[in-house]
Amino acid sequence: MGLEDLQHNFLTGRLEDLVKWARRNSVWPATFGLACCAIEMMSVGAADFDISRLGMEVFRASPRQADLMIVAGRVSQKMAPVLRQVYDQMMEPKWVISMGVCASTGGMFNNYAIVQGVDQIVPVDVYAPGCPPSPETLLHAILTLHEKIRTGELTRRRRTEVPSDAAPETDNGWVPEPRHPLRVSTPL
Amino acid sequence: MTLVDQVTRVGAQVRSQLRFFLGFKLTFEHLGRPRVTRQYPDEKRPKPPRLHGRHVLGRYEDGMEKCIGCELCAGVCPADCIYVRGLDNPPDHPVSPGERYGYVYEINYLRCIHCDLCVEACPTEAITESKLFEFSFTNRADAIYTKNELLVGDDGRPKQLPWEDWRPGEDRFTSGWMRATSPSGSAAYEGLVQWSGDLGYGIRAPEGGQSGRRDDEATGNFLLRDSLEAHLLAEDIPFEHRGVRGKLWRARMAARRRKARAAARARQRARERAGRAAEETGQPRRDVA
Repeated sequence: MGLEDLQHNFLTGRLEDLVKWARRNSVWPATFGLACCAIEMMSVGAADFDISRLGMEVFRASPRQADLMIVAGRVSQKMAPVLRQVYDQMMEPKWVISMGVCASTGGMFNNYAIVQGVDQIVPVDVYAPGCPPSPETLLHAILTLHEKIRTGELTRRRRTEVPSDAAPETDNGWVPEPRHPLRVSTPL
Repeated sequence: MTLVDQVTRVGAQVRSQLRFFLGFKLTFEHLGRPRVTRQYPDEKRPKPPRLHGRHVLGRYEDGMEKCIGCELCAGVCPADCIYVRGLDNPPDHPVSPGERYGYVYEINYLRCIHCDLCVEACPTEAITESKLFEFSFTNRADAIYTKNELLVGDDGRPKQLPWEDWRPGEDRFTSGWMRATSPSGSAAYEGLVQWSGDLGYGIRAPEGGQSGRRDDEATGNFLLRDSLEAHLLAEDIPFEHRGVRGKLWRARMAARRRKARAAARARQRARERAGRAAEETGQPRRDVA
């Protein structure tokens, strides 16, 4: 919209809220069903869950008309450039939901044929876990994305304080590691 | 052209016009059917009793952790999403009743496929799966649950993280009854009450579908067919559920559901009473189910 260039004052601030409201309530997904997750994605579009309640019932087959790419299923190495091209063809603003564990990290297919996480190819906004995610999980991811569009920042951050229960002392020469609330890599 | 011919021709035209509207028969039939859409953020559909959701690390009734750090769950995991490291229990204040305890316990939910093999493998019924399936992450780091987040709280309930969509009462069906096999691998096992007691819940009722003594009201079990029958086409409804027999059967089922709902409400009230009493006395809460 070019609103970013304007000085932030009362008028543009309210206008930006309006734009965000409009963007949030008409997120049109691009179909990118790659595997079994796509069945659940179709189920979300059908009567039982009905994402037209959220203004996104039009699954666009053309990336130019889509705002959101739901990567549903495992991405093979051969599919990766195709996926990137579809993403590049989408118009800004655009978002990506990585649906299912295979799209998110490769899941149980930790092998040479599958991309270990679609975020190596495109920037992912929301990850929906599950194999496959239930329609409610995808709806939850969509609502998380709505919140992200509304606030324009990362939401629901993990608390970072170290828990109070300290690690017990050992006298066998092995020093236990401090308990971190989060550990990404394997401890040495 | 005779009068008879003209009448036949007009009749054929009228019939063809009517046939056009007959094409909408199915459409109008569906207008009268009950609405199936679940308004998800406002309401959830009932979950099957054995759905696999995110994990919970249990504790015994005395507050000790059940996990003994044996890493069998990590070994059996087909997606390699569990990382466990055991540590010897400190003699003066042991964490678990065993020799060791799970010192580091992490599950990556962006790899976990909820196959429940870890629950089957666990020798101490420490890890079970809840029915919580509504969660999503905005970054990959959030998806790695550490032991702090998996372990049940001091009231025996799963910790409810800000990006998870827990509703009141949903933590009730979180326990060892989700296992399909017996803890010791006995084929004759039938899902009797022989789980170790859980902090907050005590010993649970038998698992539905495994034993003749199953208790559907207590475990929340239900037949999927009953809840779907209202949406079936007439020709798809089983023969024994049509006509007067079907009416009788539906009335019986409705009465059973009413009874189950009343029992659930009574249990909820009793649980609230027990919770209040526990808060007053400072004792750990017991589930009356």
